[in-house]
Formats: sequence, C-alpha cells, structure tokens
Amino acid sequence: MTKAKDPEITFEEALIQLEEIVEQLENGDVPLEQAIESFQKGMRLSQFCHQKLENVERKIELLVNEGEEWVKKPFIVEEEEGSE
Amino acid sequence: MHNPIWSVKDLTKHIKRLLEEDPSLGEVWVKGEISNFTHHSRGHMYFTLKDEEARVKAIMFAGNNQRLKFIPKNGMRVLVKGYISLYERDGQYQLYVQEMQPDGLGSLFLAYEQLKTKLEAEGLFHVTYKKQIPGYPKVIGVITSPTGAAIRDILTTLYRRYPIVQVLVFPVLVQGDKAAPSIAKAIEILNLLGEVDLLIVGRGGGSLEELWAFNEEIVVRSIFASRIPVISAVGHETDVTLADFVADVRAATPTAAAELAVPHLMELKRSLARMEERLQQAMGYRLHQAEDRLKRVMRSNVFRRPRQQLEQYEQRLDRLQDQLVHSVSKLPAQHRSRLYKLEKRLLSQNPQEKLNLLKQRLGSTHRLLVKAIQQRRRDKCQLFQSTIKQLDALSPLKIMDRGYSLVYQEKKSLVKSVRQVNLGDILKVQLKDGELDCQVWSMEVKS
Repeated sequence: MTKAKDPEITFEEALIQLEEIVEQLENGDVPLEQAIESFQKGMRLSQFCHQKLENVERKIELLVNEGEEWVKKPFIVEEEEGSE
Repeated sequence: MHNPIWSVKDLTKHIKRLLEEDPSLGEVWVKGEISNFTHHSRGHMYFTLKDEEARVKAIMFAGNNQRLKFIPKNGMRVLVKGYISLYERDGQYQLYVQEMQPDGLGSLFLAYEQLKTKLEAEGLFHVTYKKQIPGYPKVIGVITSPTGAAIRDILTTLYRRYPIVQVLVFPVLVQGDKAAPSIAKAIEILNLLGEVDLLIVGRGGGSLEELWAFNEEIVVRSIFASRIPVISAVGHETDVTLADFVADVRAATPTAAAELAVPHLMELKRSLARMEERLQQAMGYRLHQAEDRLKRVMRSNVFRRPRQQLEQYEQRLDRLQDQLVHSVSKLPAQHRSRLYKLEKRLLSQNPQEKLNLLKQRLGSTHRLLVKAIQQRRRDKCQLFQSTIKQLDALSPLKIMDRGYSLVYQEKKSLVKSVRQVNLGDILKVQLKDGELDCQVWSMEVKS
C-alpha cells in the first residue's frame, strides 16, 4: 500500500498508471511474476482512486477583498428563485 | 491590336471577374437605410440600401439571415458586412450581405470586428496556445457575478457531476463600464494565488451591450495571459464573444462550462470499476493461462504415470535378467563336458612332461655319446699306434737304412727311369744321412 499512499501521486496520475497496468496486463506479454506484481499495484491504485472519489468534502468559498487582503469566506448558494 | 467584339455574356463575366478580384470589394462594411425589403418564401432577403444620394441592390441569403437577432424593416438604418458581385442574368451588381446590425449598435459591432481581426492577426486565438484543461481538477475558480443564474447553474452542475471538487468563487461585475477591468483583475489575482487549477469565466445571456465586457481587449488579453486553463461561458449558444475565441475551451453556456470542467463522478466510478474488472479479468486470464499450461505439462505421461516410465525399464530389466540367467545356466550344462575335454587336452599339452621326457632322453643319449666317444678314441688310439708302427715300417728312411737312396733331378722330381735323364745332368742323391750331387757320365738302359 506504500506506493499508492505516496502523497506525491495525484488522482489523475493514479488513474493513468492504472490504465497502463490494465493495458499491459491485457496485452499479456508480461512474465507471470511481474503480472502478479502489476495486478497488485493496479488494485492498490484502484483503491486509492476510489478513496479519492469517496472523500467528498463539499467546499465552496468566496474570495473577498478586505482592505489589501483577499480573504476566503464560505459561500452560500442563493436559493433558487421560483421557477426552474 | 484591334478591339475584339464581346458577347454580352463574356462582357458580363469579365465585369463580374473584375468585381470579384478587387480585394477592397471582397469585404465591405456599408451603412444605409433599408428600402424595398422583401423576405422571399424560400428564405432569402432582397432589399435596397440607400442614403440621400445613392442606392445599391442587396441580397442576404437565408443561410446568413437566419442568425439575425432582429427583423429588418423598411426605413431601418443598418450596418452590413458583405461583398460585391454581379448577378449575370440582370447585369446587376449587388451587395451580398453576410452580416447585418442595427446601426445604433453598428459602431460597437464594428469595434468587435476590428479588435477580433487585430487579435487574430497577433495569434491570440491560435490553437497552438490552447492549454489542456485538467481531467480531474481539484479547485475550480469561478469568475462571475455571485448572484444570478450563471453561478447557480455552474455550482449545481459541478456538484451534480463531481461533488469532490472545491470551488473558489471570485465575484466580479459582469456588465457595465467597470466589468472588464474587474474580470481582468480577477483572472490576474487567481493566477497569482496559484490555488486554482481551472478557471471558468462567464455570465448568463444578455444583449450585445450586456455581454460587452467579454469583448474588451483587457479581458481577452488577461485570458490569453492566464497560466491556468480557462473555460469561457458567456451568454447563450448564439453569443460568441472574443473571450470565447481566446479561451482554451469555449462553453456555450455556464452549465456547459461546468460539464466541460469536471468529469462525471458516477461515470468515473463506473470506469474505475470497469478498469478494476478488466484488471481482474486480465489477471484471471493470465493465471488461467498459466494454470492451463501447467496442467498440460502435468498431463504428460511423465507426470501422470511416473511409474509407467520406470515400469518400461523394469520390464525390460526383468527380461534381460532372465535372458542372462537363462544363458548362464545353460552354459555349464552344454559346455562343461566340452570344457573338461578341452581342459584335459590342454593339460595334456603341458610341455613340462614332454620336457622331462626329453631331458631323460637327452641324459641317456649324452651318456651314450660320451661312452661312444671314449670307445672311439681308444679305438683310434690303437689304430693310430698300429698305423704308426706300420708307417714306421714303411718309412723310406727305414728302407734307406737298408741301403736304398733317392735320386732327384734338379727340380726335385724323383728319377725313376734312366730315360728321365740325359748325359751330363746333375742329379741329387739322397742317402740316409745326407745328399750327394752327382753327374751322369754314362747310361745303360736295361730293357
């Protein structure tokens, strides 16, 4: 699990690696040991991606100018007005 | 050189070509008042454009006039863009109108066109400058009015599709004189802040004047300068601002911008699940393949009946052993007597016995030989003694004892007859105790 938890890796990178591994495995020209290793890594990456996607933290902020500073404030979406 | 005689057709074609080849007539902007307007049932618009001093026939084809946001009427002052060509059948030059604006807005529109041409020439809209928008943005900066349908549409769509994204809203004025600097500044500040990996810049629909901020040079240039990829979302589908041209991606509406900005979480999860499935399938297949191969190998006789291989040898070994025992056991029975016979013969040929025999024979023969030799020696000795005696008796010296002598001629030849000598010959006479040299004096031959 160490590799997948590497803080450097982004969701997109993980996804790309996962795609590469899947294609590599599907092509089938990898020695079995390496295939097993790749498979395990692929499963770790997949878990990692899932975790990222489950980690919902709804966050909307508004950038406001206070004096010379730009400050982030929570943004409340205005209620929909009537129709739509 | 004489002037050729033209046919009307050739002359008309020639004039048409002249008109079409003139670059200044290829794109003209004309201001005038509409008269004689007819909208043909097939969609084309025919009218005359006039001012106080002149008039020109004009046509706007259906393909162009469908996009008009107003309905032209007689007496309306308009600004049109088009080109000059000639309708051969009537011999009539005409203005072929491609775009038309009510004249009040005409100047604004002209400004738009001019700025567009200028920025295009600078390469600001060129595809090589378009940045790739991130596939899975973390923080999206939204530059628009904090109130109104646009921000609501954007946020709703973002969270419907991709609830894990964070949004930083930068409130700006989206219409009026201060809108353009406000938008440009927002783009600049968000670039400086560096937290955002995608920008959505836009507003909801409105009139050309209301959207105008997005056609201003300062906004266009700030979008161009942005290091963060920009999705433009201005007005409705039909509104195309310069901001749209320069943006990395143009969205027709704010909702569309949000859709372009983020992937669909459910789809993403599905594709992730698919990928996982593919991964497992591929691995399963791989393992299955390896297993099959192993099975195939194991199914071979060597592994399936390892003893069978040995049995083969066992059997063969047994047979060979049998053969060996058999032949060995047969060997004494059949050959023993013969062997004994041969052995006896061989022993009988032993040279020792023969040698002993021969030795015995040699011994006795030797004794006989010695005896014989001794006998013989004795005999010979006796014979020798007697012969010596006889010889002695016969010796001429003995005879000469008795008075005989030997006569030799010169050459030591014994003279036995008188005929051998002549008178006067010197002869040697050997006596018992010496020699005499004598000369023949006379001869008497006795018959």
